Amino acid sequence: MNNKSTQFSDNILFRKRKEMIFRSLCSIVTWSSIVILLVLIYSVAKSGLNHLSYDFLNNFPSRFPHKAGIKSALYGSVWLLITVSIISIPIGVGAAIFLEEYSKKNKLTKFIEINIANLAGVPSIVYGILGLVIFVRFFSFDRSVLAGSFTMALLILPVIIISAKEAIRSVPNSIRLGAYALGATKWQTISHHVLPIATPGIMTGVILSMSRAIGETAPLIMIGALTYVAFVPESIMDPFTTLPIQIYNWTSRPQAAFHDIASAGIIILLIVLLSMNALAIYIRNKSNKKYDW
Amino acid sequence: MDKIITIKNLNLFYGNTQAIKECNLEIENNKVTAIIGPSGCGKSTLLRSINRMNDFIDIFKIDGSIEFEGNDIYSSKVDPVNIRRQIGMVFQKPNPFPKSISENIVWGPKINGFTGNENKLIETSLQSAGLWDEVKDRLNDSALALSGGQQQRLCIARAIAMKPNVILMDEPCSALDPKSTSRIEDLILELRDNYTIIIVTHNMQQASRISDKTAFLYEGELIEYGETKAMFTNPEEQRTEDYITGRFG
Repeated sequence: MNNKSTQFSDNILFRKRKEMIFRSLCSIVTWSSIVILLVLIYSVAKSGLNHLSYDFLNNFPSRFPHKAGIKSALYGSVWLLITVSIISIPIGVGAAIFLEEYSKKNKLTKFIEINIANLAGVPSIVYGILGLVIFVRFFSFDRSVLAGSFTMALLILPVIIISAKEAIRSVPNSIRLGAYALGATKWQTISHHVLPIATPGIMTGVILSMSRAIGETAPLIMIGALTYVAFVPESIMDPFTTLPIQIYNWTSRPQAAFHDIASAGIIILLIVLLSMNALAIYIRNKSNKKYDW
Repeated sequence: MDKIITIKNLNLFYGNTQAIKECNLEIENNKVTAIIGPSGCGKSTLLRSINRMNDFIDIFKIDGSIEFEGNDIYSSKVDPVNIRRQIGMVFQKPNPFPKSISENIVWGPKINGFTGNENKLIETSLQSAGLWDEVKDRLNDSALALSGGQQQRLCIARAIAMKPNVILMDEPCSALDPKSTSRIEDLILELRDNYTIIIVTHNMQQASRISDKTAFLYEGELIEYGETKAMFTNPEEQRTEDYITGRFG
């Protein structure tokens, strides 16, 4: 008894108090971010909600605030979203498969992986400059949907590759060995087992980066996406505008009425983003159930 | 007696570490051969080199030859996919695919161009693995819902469905409870009539119960190889005797 009290100063009370403090710190951090989000949503909803109407969705922008709508921006964002996913998903997932499954784990692979991770941290305006030089000028795509979506695809590719790599790596190796031992080729193993199991993780990364793509403004302004578009793009070679550009344009006007319709635009953008995230969660849960270990 | 696999002057390396040294071994057809030895002696490495599963390790190197039915399986003309089709494998931990029980059975044959009757294949494979009666009413349930022992028998059924000549087993019972273990041992004795089985085990009683021939590996060297009965009653080498009597390992 005596021995114990000299070697241990267990001091339960002090340790418990420390835990209490840490626990309250964590909950304050969590709740404060939620409060900030709610305040933002409230202020946007207050000024924007009564401008939301069918006309707002169906009108083109106008210099009269009460006539202005978001149709061209909404269509532009949807065009961008579709073309970006067509370009970036196959390339991103393909690169991830190559890096995880096929390439030898040597210095070159390591070098490529480090570079991809670095690219994920490059400011988006730099991608805008790159897009301007390569896609707008060199390939003469001009200020089209195509130039915009290639630029956006470059921007989100690192994130897609990294998250797809993580998802592929988390597939247990015993599954791969089991498939090989039955006389499967590498591609049969990947396409029948690895990819289906990794799909929820890949989808999460893809949809999160898509959400980033439709929220980005700077690179598109850099490549010269228009801020006033009174038509809907009809092909990938047409000029376009997107929701965040339209919102940015409205908020930079002096008239207060435009600020209110900017809020309405933000609400639309939020709805699009939230439904994309909901879709991501739905897909993930659905396939998770199938592959419950 | 027919030799189905002949290992000649085999040296296996992981980078600069030599895992197997100058191994010569002949595996007989339709017999159970056990490979025993203390942990880290290279028994799994040796087993995995027989169906070229070590190919997936970048730093793996091989010197010498392994002949399967007279052909060197490491010759450049041989496709490892074709080798693995004929030499099945059961792993230490049950690794069924996260699919239904029947899909687990038919996947291997299907990707290798099987055109026969799938339902019949499922039934015969599961029957040979002694699992049919337990799962016949829930073939479409997930294989992951089975118990560990059932999963391992499913993996054996999956290997049998490919109609292999040889089945390699890498400590197939080490993750199982005694009851499941004895079921699998019974199963191995039944399979002996139709397949050549090579089993790695660190359980000497298991080796003596189920195998016809035993190979004792120690630090990468094949110390002794012979009839199981003779080896367990009257080993030739001192090290073998020390190991099987439990003096080390």
